[in-house]
Amino acid sequence: MRQLKFSRKMLGIPYAVFLLLFVAAPLFVLLYYAFSNGQGQFTTENLTGFFSDPNTLGTLFYSFGVAVVTTAVCLLMAYPAAYILAVSRLKAKSVLVMLFVIPMWINFSLRITALKEILTWLEGNLAYHPFFNTVVGMSYDFLPFMILPIYTTISRLDGALLEAARDLGAGEAQAFLKVTLPLSLPGIISGVSMVFLPAMTNYVVLDMLYNSTYIMGSLIGSYFAAYNWHGGSMIALILLAIICLFTLFTSGMEEENTRGGTLL
Amino acid sequence: MDKRTNIIELKHITKTYEDGFSAVSDFNLEVKQGEFVTFLGPSGCGKTTTLRMIAGFDIPTEGEILLNGKPITSLPPNKRPINTVFQRYALFPHMNIFDNIAFGLKQRKMPRRLIEKKVKKVLELVDLEGFENRKTDTLSGGQQQRVAIARAVVNEPQILLLDEPLGALDLKMRKEMQLELKEMHRELGITFIYVTHDQEEALTMSDKIVVMSEGKMQQIGTPEDIYNEPVNAFVADFIGDSNIFNGIMTGKKKARFCGGEFACVDDVEEGTHITAVVRPEDVILTKPERGIIRGVVSSVIFKGIHYEITVESGKNEIVAQSVRSAAEGERVGVAVEPDNIHIMLAEDHTNIFQAEINKNFELEYNGTVLDVRLTDLVKGSRLDADGTVLDANGLELDRQKLRILVSIQPQDIRMTDEISEGLVEGYISNLIYKGDHYSYVIHTELEQDFVVDDEYLWNMEDQVGLIMPEPKMTFTVKR
Repeated sequence: MRQLKFSRKMLGIPYAVFLLLFVAAPLFVLLYYAFSNGQGQFTTENLTGFFSDPNTLGTLFYSFGVAVVTTAVCLLMAYPAAYILAVSRLKAKSVLVMLFVIPMWINFSLRITALKEILTWLEGNLAYHPFFNTVVGMSYDFLPFMILPIYTTISRLDGALLEAARDLGAGEAQAFLKVTLPLSLPGIISGVSMVFLPAMTNYVVLDMLYNSTYIMGSLIGSYFAAYNWHGGSMIALILLAIICLFTLFTSGMEEENTRGGTLL
Repeated sequence: MDKRTNIIELKHITKTYEDGFSAVSDFNLEVKQGEFVTFLGPSGCGKTTTLRMIAGFDIPTEGEILLNGKPITSLPPNKRPINTVFQRYALFPHMNIFDNIAFGLKQRKMPRRLIEKKVKKVLELVDLEGFENRKTDTLSGGQQQRVAIARAVVNEPQILLLDEPLGALDLKMRKEMQLELKEMHRELGITFIYVTHDQEEALTMSDKIVVMSEGKMQQIGTPEDIYNEPVNAFVADFIGDSNIFNGIMTGKKKARFCGGEFACVDDVEEGTHITAVVRPEDVILTKPERGIIRGVVSSVIFKGIHYEITVESGKNEIVAQSVRSAAEGERVGVAVEPDNIHIMLAEDHTNIFQAEINKNFELEYNGTVLDVRLTDLVKGSRLDADGTVLDANGLELDRQKLRILVSIQPQDIRMTDEISEGLVEGYISNLIYKGDHYSYVIHTELEQDFVVDDEYLWNMEDQVGLIMPEPKMTFTVKR
């Protein structure tokens, strides 16, 4: 009967294989290309090249700007919406939530094409406002990812806490600032990381809006399109490092706040 | 009487929700400065709703709340000098103990130094010195409870509201906290309004108990009053164990119930229907020939300091507490000292409901046509050839102007599991054992309560149909 013995560790094998094939191996390939040249020799040229080229650095800052503004716009729109959805006693509440979710079910390129038509109608030529268009397109696309986690944390908030704040002398505004807002922070962090990271790299929105500008994602795309795998890999690696730093930072903040609520 | 002033008065308070459910109706209460008042009742009796209206979380639909004689009925909670200890503490999870306790003081813009002093003092009061920087989730239930109390009393409220504050603690902890709260009440001199469903807790701690049921005040009084002189069967049943019997007065200070004639001390007119309450500890078991009634011991349960002995006598069942055991099957006599029998006037449980007259001039209730002819009920009326009922003057009966009230006695209604067989369906919302039968309250789908007597035990919340035979109904016509 010995060969039939099944240990719990064995359940992890399929995932370990997956991890190895689709996460670890590509990472090594990426590392290899990033630190090698066309002749297969080790080099740091790609790295120094990235930081000495004003174009690539410019794109990095530009993408960062796009991501920050997009995240801010999403947050400013999503928080009030999520708050109203969560605290209202409307019977049609679930319908309202669905209204924000349903666009996610419609094909992404279809939505952006529709948006493009609207923007063209408003602006005439899309090329005049590349930054504005990018932010509008991305905010539209990522808004549900910001609303849902915030909505979830606020609606799970224990109502007795707000009553306690009111009971202890806080007005409605004070109760919101001292209790609701800090306790919905985990939802905000979760929403921010779900919007900020894609906003750095998702260049499809930009492309589809006939945009002439570049963000990090488009930069990588263009390197690979020009068969410069080494340069492209290095940029991808740098982006990965930035994302890692960002995640470390936000998860540190979440640690502080996990007692305050639940993440989506 | 008590010369202290009323700190809070509730006048004709009614709270009805949008769906028509009435949580509290016509509730009146005066609480004196420094009193410890407890709202006691089963869940859903409206005690928490009443507390929430005092706190300001709910606004009464009718009535007025006065604090020191001034109306505060619709003042928001943050404007009331009243603080609450919540059922599940509701401590702020993102703040440490210091910030939790200081929350109210900071709202009042008190200087930092004074806040620190007050927090330190209140932490001493609740025996949690040095806990300022701890996180709330590192504390045990009992400690969280103390923080919740500290957070409320640090504001020096005029009234402290406590909503089942000990409900989540284990028995031993609860007993300790009961004594500590009582001690704290004495030390602080603040008025306490306490909500609980635990009768023992209420009896231990309160100066005054308000017994509530189904949104109404049943009785108000000192713990002794409530225990010794319950005003009705509900209070008697809810406070402590009781033997409750229906009976009748048979002479001067003589009552007949449970198959025997007992001497009592209440002077009630002969022939009056009464409800008699005897506490188990007052039931005396004797030799068969020396008892007022005789019976057979049907069960004996050891309870630590006494035995709980159940005696069957005819159709009745009597529960006694005794330090001496008895054998099952033993024949015994049962006697009760006259002043241990509490006599209450029997409540009239006649069920009254209104029947509709449909367009065929038939009586209808809940969509079912009753087997009664309208012409038999309305004097001088007769049936026309085409089925219309005409009144004494030969005019068509005005169906809108007539009201037919149907009354039926509790013992004439039968409960059934076959819900469709009943005239109306509902669930059992209350039950009281009355010696030889159970008295049930059935809350129907039409939001009416019916009282039904039945000798068999049904469960609370059971969904039942009510069978009401027409011959047992009495009809009254109102114009």
